[in-house]
Amino acid sequence: MSLAHRIIPCLDTDGERVVKGVNFVNLRDAGDPAALAARYNIEGADELVVLDIAASRDHRPTFLETIRRVAAELAIPLTAGGGVANVDEGRAILRAGADKLTVNTAAIRNPALLTALAAEFGSQAVVLAIDAKRVGDHWEAFVRGGSVPTGIDAIEWARQGVDRGAGEILITSMDKDGTRSGFDCPLTAAISRAVSVPVIASGGADTPDTFLEVFREGRADAALAASIFHDSIQGLGALKKYLGEQGVSVRQSA
Amino acid sequence: MNIALVEYGAGNLPSVERALARLGVESHRASKPEELAGCDALILPGVGHFGALMRSLGERSLVEPLRNAVAQGTPLLGICLGLQAMFATSDEAPGDAGLALFPQKVSALPAVDRLPHMGWNQLRRAQPSKLLERVPEDAYFYFAHSYAALDAGDAGVAYCDHCGSFVAVVEQKNVFATQFHPEKSGPVGAQILTNFLRQADTQARQAGLPGRQAGGSA
Repeated sequence: MSLAHRIIPCLDTDGERVVKGVNFVNLRDAGDPAALAARYNIEGADELVVLDIAASRDHRPTFLETIRRVAAELAIPLTAGGGVANVDEGRAILRAGADKLTVNTAAIRNPALLTALAAEFGSQAVVLAIDAKRVGDHWEAFVRGGSVPTGIDAIEWARQGVDRGAGEILITSMDKDGTRSGFDCPLTAAISRAVSVPVIASGGADTPDTFLEVFREGRADAALAASIFHDSIQGLGALKKYLGEQGVSVRQSA
Repeated sequence: MNIALVEYGAGNLPSVERALARLGVESHRASKPEELAGCDALILPGVGHFGALMRSLGERSLVEPLRNAVAQGTPLLGICLGLQAMFATSDEAPGDAGLALFPQKVSALPAVDRLPHMGWNQLRRAQPSKLLERVPEDAYFYFAHSYAALDAGDAGVAYCDHCGSFVAVVEQKNVFATQFHPEKSGPVGAQILTNFLRQADTQARQAGLPGRQAGGSA
């Protein structure tokens, strides 16, 4: 008996529709979030993440409606985020039906936001998302959808974020994102060693072996992927069956 | 059946409502003392902070009515923080008294493994359980918490192991609770809710028959 490694499909949206792109650019339409959510709920996803990658204030009511539509399809946990900059915006996302929030840019600008969100909703509801890119001999955190460097060390930021109240880290490798060349195991392992909270690895998912690697070498607690699931390149049931056969604790699909 | 979700300003009521709706069961919200009386079953969902929950119940004058409803035999299901609220005290808020349906305390889990305990885990069964009827022994349930009751005496019917052992399911007469979220635990979670509703229905019918004691579980 042990905690299962989670497999988490991610819906990157423009607020309303699922979009996808490589390295955060060249976005194209990939479907209706509620329809995909319904599919993943049945296929055995352990959790779902829905992000508003446009994250513009004007779109916020649309995104909240998207969260409601997605949550209505799920009997599994839902994490949502994109542009959350204060407690009220966080509350709106949780009230719309999310169980957890992700915060990224606003937390780097104002780390006290993590403390405020944790005090209001509990650390278990606060996921610190970090977009990291290899720069020289370390990983640097980037913000605004990965477009703006911060000069902040991603590992150190993860550690600080947890001290401030984050209950989970979602680490995205910008070097790997959209490449289907495997997760960034050294980055994920470095984050995992630095913090005591669960770590979700993101960016680079491909074959079942890439998931096996990020759970073993990357010491990830959960692995997130988008297009390989949206495009049915990888089925959730087959992936979990393979991981189970390899001795990884997973919740087999019903 | 007349099923009320206890509304105290926090807690994730919509997800529990949706889970019940998927079972074809209608529920309503109860946020006033008089609304807790006369229900066939009560559900106390919960996320967040033990102290905040107990203070919210206190501000709405719901603590005694809840305890009274339970004493009169109304079936109650606590979920996550709703389970923790049934205990006497919690390390999370040492100054705030719980509902004290159980005399033990809620403790901070020791940081042996990663915390919060977040994700899907299995149960270790200690006693026959109504809530776990027809649920496979190896089923996974969704947890998200850093505090837990380590002991519930005879009421502890199933445990989970993460950072040591803690109580995952409690049952005593008309009081039921899970540390995990049945409403987030897929088909096996739906089975737990179905089992609770069946128990509530049985107990309500027994309570309605002359000569039968309210709340007596078969």
